[in-house]
Amino acid sequence: MTIRGRAHVVGHHVDTDVIIPARYLVTVEPGELAKHAFEDLDSALRDRIGHGDILLAGENFGQGSSREHAPIALKGLGLAAVVAVSFARIFYRNAFNIGLPVLECRDAHARVRDGDLVEVDFGEGTVRNVTREESYAGQPIPEFMQRLVDAGGLVGYVRTQIGKS
Amino acid sequence: MSMTMTEKILASHAGAASVKPGEIIDCRVDFVFANDITAPLAIQEFQKMGVEAVFDPDRVAFVLDHYVPNKDIASANQAKITREFVRARGLPHFYDIGRAGIAHVLLAEEGFVGPGDVFVGADSHTCNHGALGAFATGVGSSDLAAAMALGRFWLRVPETVRYIFTGRPRPWVTGKDLVLSIIGTIGVDGARYGAMEFAGDTLEHLTMDERFSITNMAIEAGAKNGIMEPDERTLAWITPRARRPFTVVRPDPDAAYADVRTIDAARLDPVVAAPSSPGNVVPVREAAGVRVDQCFIGTCTNGRIEDLRVAAKVLAGHTVHRDTRLLVIPATPAIYLQALEEGLIKVFLDAGAAVSTSTCGPCIGGHMGVLAEGEVCVSTSSRNFVGRMGHRTSQVYLANAAVAAATAVTGVLTHPADVAGELVPA
Repeated sequence: MTIRGRAHVVGHHVDTDVIIPARYLVTVEPGELAKHAFEDLDSALRDRIGHGDILLAGENFGQGSSREHAPIALKGLGLAAVVAVSFARIFYRNAFNIGLPVLECRDAHARVRDGDLVEVDFGEGTVRNVTREESYAGQPIPEFMQRLVDAGGLVGYVRTQIGKS
Repeated sequence: MSMTMTEKILASHAGAASVKPGEIIDCRVDFVFANDITAPLAIQEFQKMGVEAVFDPDRVAFVLDHYVPNKDIASANQAKITREFVRARGLPHFYDIGRAGIAHVLLAEEGFVGPGDVFVGADSHTCNHGALGAFATGVGSSDLAAAMALGRFWLRVPETVRYIFTGRPRPWVTGKDLVLSIIGTIGVDGARYGAMEFAGDTLEHLTMDERFSITNMAIEAGAKNGIMEPDERTLAWITPRARRPFTVVRPDPDAAYADVRTIDAARLDPVVAAPSSPGNVVPVREAAGVRVDQCFIGTCTNGRIEDLRVAAKVLAGHTVHRDTRLLVIPATPAIYLQALEEGLIKVFLDAGAAVSTSTCGPCIGGHMGVLAEGEVCVSTSSRNFVGRMGHRTSQVYLANAAVAAATAVTGVLTHPADVAGELVPA
């Protein structure tokens, strides 16, 4: 799977409280949550993000709370993928489970600038910066998680498991 | 093969003789839970999975603790989803206001999790229960839905780092200071994806309440779980509460650790995590003097009876500063009642504190004590991210309950000894 889009760069240790503040966790609607995404980090960021864009984050993206509303808000915002130097573990699983593609890539964050056109190849685990004609190696989706994708995500996986028993 | 505690527990639940770090396993879970924020999404995903019944009604709990008593129509509607799901299925372990407390404190009190268990909760602070010698980890709603359906959970076996505390902590130094000191050293991603195994002679000096506040904050270093080997104190605490037989698991003496770190606890002084990261840790003495608008004693990290006792010890005979507010929220109804019987609630009210029913409210800037623009709070909670407790320009210092109480008296960030002297808090 390859996704191409405009990049938006955020810093290190972006926590789930600034991705979607807890005071808005009174709904599970992606569109409603998206209205408040990044409100406390940069109130104009959500207006700059367009459908199909890609978020480029630093280390430990999504640290903190287990709220699945965080990746849902990002998806609701129209983001097609998140590339980070590293992810907090609960966020990583949540993003995967709700169908927001995520990729770990050490070098992309330092090189990509806001507005660059980037292309993320999830099978290869690479990020290509079309604007700057550069390529950065990342981590492909772990094999086990790829099998979950092939099973139709977590919902499909559970259906298969129940069918077995 | 030699294993750490975490590896042993995971191996036994995966039906394997041994497991090693990095391996993906599918393991049996002993107990699962969700709260009023995470349950509605979990229920939605559970229904998509086409599952009628939970894997075992006796091993599933729902606790309404975040936006309770419901703060507005939207939060009431969210809570209603859980209430209806539970009623429709006749699930026995449902905690609504009046009987509910903050889930991590409540579920431990109720004896749902014991040594050797695997416990998965849709709340990041589920790692709290590691103080009992269990493997406990926080997950999102979809993963919880899958665990609720299957009674199983997939995960990557974490590398373990062993943290050994040595020495007797000084007066006013609590488990909170110990865990903050570690996070200050290793950083908010210093244990990312890993297991933190806490050990050392210092633990003998810590109450179970203090131990819970240590494992509770393992997530603040990015860890998958925090864990402690059960000792006599653990067994004395859990045995009368446990609802199921349990198995005490101990690490092998020659277990392979990714790292072993030693912390001289006898040299520590009370600390705070300054805004806006739990890793921004400095001694209270260095941050002292910062003007504070609100102090908050409560949460799954430090809303237990020991926290209330130490706060009352500091507050006794004093009053809350006229320019500062003090909010005290016992974590569960049982703790509230105990505090009432011990006269602690009277100390708080006499001092001019507001005492409220159990809720996570202020910790997440949800309700019951939200901060205004530019306000500063000293809080016994676990997170001080931007906007965590209110306006994005408000600031939160994380501290132990004695520091929060002393600060409430003076109106500026204060070392408890400056209000209550050098008495050893019993």
